[in-house]
Amino acid sequence: MIAWFRFALTAALVAAGLIILCIGVFGVFRFHYAANRMHASALNDTLGLGLCLLGLAVSAPDGFTAAKLVLVVVFMWISSPVASHLLCRLEVETNEDRGQYMTVRDSLTQAQPKEGEKA
Amino acid sequence: MKRERPDLLLRARSRLTHFLASSDEALDERMAQSQTQPALSEEPPVDIEYRRMLEAEIEEERETAARLRTWNERRGGRLRRGVYCVLCVAVCLAMIALFLYTAACLPDFGSAQSPANNEVPTRYIESGLQETGAVNIVTGMILDYRAFDTLGESSVLFTAAMVVLLLLRLDADSQTFSPLARVIREQPHSDTFYEPHHDTILQHAAKVLVPVVLLLGIYVVLNGHLSPGGGFSGGAIMGAALMIYVTAFGFEAIRRFFTYRTYQRVVLCALLTYAVSKCYSFYTGANGLHSVIPLGTPGAILSSGLILVLNICVGFIVTCTMYAFYAVFRKGEL
Repeated sequence: MIAWFRFALTAALVAAGLIILCIGVFGVFRFHYAANRMHASALNDTLGLGLCLLGLAVSAPDGFTAAKLVLVVVFMWISSPVASHLLCRLEVETNEDRGQYMTVRDSLTQAQPKEGEKA
Repeated sequence: MKRERPDLLLRARSRLTHFLASSDEALDERMAQSQTQPALSEEPPVDIEYRRMLEAEIEEERETAARLRTWNERRGGRLRRGVYCVLCVAVCLAMIALFLYTAACLPDFGSAQSPANNEVPTRYIESGLQETGAVNIVTGMILDYRAFDTLGESSVLFTAAMVVLLLLRLDADSQTFSPLARVIREQPHSDTFYEPHHDTILQHAAKVLVPVVLLLGIYVVLNGHLSPGGGFSGGAIMGAALMIYVTAFGFEAIRRFFTYRTYQRVVLCALLTYAVSKCYSFYTGANGLHSVIPLGTPGAILSSGLILVLNICVGFIVTCTMYAFYAVFRKGEL
């Protein structure tokens, strides 16, 4: 009974993760501006991959393997948003016509010395 | 287009003759006149028939080009897109069919009749643990049976890093002979201007990530003979940690403990240790003769003779080489 329940939970989590991955990939190809594309791909890195790995952790044979998978999720969640932040920051700093695609606050338009701005 | 040039020439020549014939005021007058009325009174004698023919030709060419453009926009574009889609699908299907056919021709997984299944892997699997002492058979193979090959791989890495340094390194001396170095020196803001400098978010993430990644790399290197991993993969992980560090904190921070001299010394020491210890091993124990270094109990961290030492050497070489590649390609120096 509990094995069947575990299998169902794993299948549901992995399927949800795969659906979200598909949506993310579709968004990356559908959108045309860098920031929009990053918005779509961030879905992959955080929610999609997190759900898939959580599903695998549920079906893991022992607690140690499950803990390893959860650690993978944690490190993905630390590193992937930082990478997105750097990409977006580069876009805001280098794209001349960014006002065409997004609303930009005044403090960003005057090229300021970079002190931990949230782009 | 073609009428302009003789016109200009004529105008310039007439202005020159005027200048030679008269004084400065006349020239000023002439220039003012040409500013107000740019058209010339004296028309150059040109063959009217010839010019008409030229104009007709130009008009014809223009018409053809316009028709080609409209066709390109309407039907040609659709045709091209259609052909592109059909070709995409066809090439995809062809590749899928090719790969499936190839996979169908492969021997069955784990079959005893596969050509790779001869006496060599049998020997590795049956007596690898007794002969090398490594629980991880792969490490036992690449660092004991085929250790000479791995020494060659490490030397290739070292040579590649040396060549890249030779070509791309920027320092005071190379300015005299490397044109690329001069270009980068003269435009310091060209390529690296928008890189993250002291990004707070990145620095906080790096403070969490770098120690953990370094620890993982050290674990993978030291456990190479017990679990999957070894010098190459562990070294790659440690090199990635160094890259995160240098991206977050800059080259001044990493120069406190990793400079060009450090790189040279670490890599040379590691390669020499590898070579010397392997020579010793060949001298005393290769070819199944009795080895002087005890193999220890399989599964313990201090076991399997020289493999642990060799793993550490390879880890050092790979770490330094990966970081050197990154630093040289990004900034031109270590």
